[in-house]
Amino acid sequence: MADCPPEPYADLVKYLQSPAVRVGLSISVATGLYGLSFGALSVTSGFDIWQTMALSLLLFSGGSQFAFIGVVGGGGTGAAAMTAASLLGIRNAVYGMQMNALVRPTGWRRFVAAQVTVDESAATASGQTDPDERRRGFWSAGIGVFVLWNMFTVAGALLGGALGDPARWGLDGAAVAAFLGLLWPRLRTREPAAIAVVCALVTVAVVPVVAPGLPILIAAAVAGAIGWFGHGRPDEGMEPDIDPYAEEREHR
Amino acid sequence: MNLWFWILLACALAFLTKLAGYLVPARWMDNPRMSRVAGTLTIGLLASLTAVNTFASGQQLALDARIVALAAAAVALLLRAPFLVVVVAGAVAAALARLAGMP
Repeated sequence: MADCPPEPYADLVKYLQSPAVRVGLSISVATGLYGLSFGALSVTSGFDIWQTMALSLLLFSGGSQFAFIGVVGGGGTGAAAMTAASLLGIRNAVYGMQMNALVRPTGWRRFVAAQVTVDESAATASGQTDPDERRRGFWSAGIGVFVLWNMFTVAGALLGGALGDPARWGLDGAAVAAFLGLLWPRLRTREPAAIAVVCALVTVAVVPVVAPGLPILIAAAVAGAIGWFGHGRPDEGMEPDIDPYAEEREHR
Repeated sequence: MNLWFWILLACALAFLTKLAGYLVPARWMDNPRMSRVAGTLTIGLLASLTAVNTFASGQQLALDARIVALAAAAVALLLRAPFLVVVVAGAVAAALARLAGMP
């Protein structure tokens, strides 16, 4: 009897051993870690630690957060930053709809589920076939990423504050790499790559003629028009920043 | 204080966008065009942000150490490095390029 854990622990152990939760927790660690780079870049882009924490706690969507600090860091207005971040967050509404069907949260849980609906939690849930596993995958990845992302944001902000002059440490290079890293997993086929090239060219073409921040919104309008009038796959660009099932796919 | 206003507005809109997925009837949003626009917007914005951060200096275009950071990040991504390694590769490349005398 002594080596048999009491009932609540047995449940916990069983929960942690479920395949979806293991995927959810490993994706949480991988994603949480890059909160370090967000925190450091935010502080060196001129945000204070409270603003940086507010973005991670309340906005909580990696791409949108990087967009917000990227626009402001490049000299754009708060309004342009808000618009870029909001447009980048539209895909979360699509995830929300999918998760509402797969996870079916009820009552107050809907509001918590909405806040933790991001690329990673949606991808973890979508990769499972059993309804209970989907639910466990969604919540473990969603809550796990939220907790670790916020912890590492604070750590990164403190680190960034200690670094001083961003150019000396190549932190402007880090921002470039971060955006390319966010874009990269979404470029698996030719069409998204073509959209990316067109939008990058449009951006470079209009930088000298419009106010900072606006080139990003002009590129967004072009991208939106391509999506509206185009005939690509409906899930183009909806890949997570870190693929929770990358290893499985490689072994297949 | 002005920046706080836009931060909090962005936060509110982000939450309402996510919540809309749960509260709006599925048939309103469950059309391929909506998903496609959300996807192409994501690609276009990230590509544009990459370009701005690499080539823009205020309202001018500049070729400086950041282009080396872009190349280093691309190599790291081709080698399937994790995100944080990609970011550090970009930072180190830009710092080294400046040490070597690039603007």
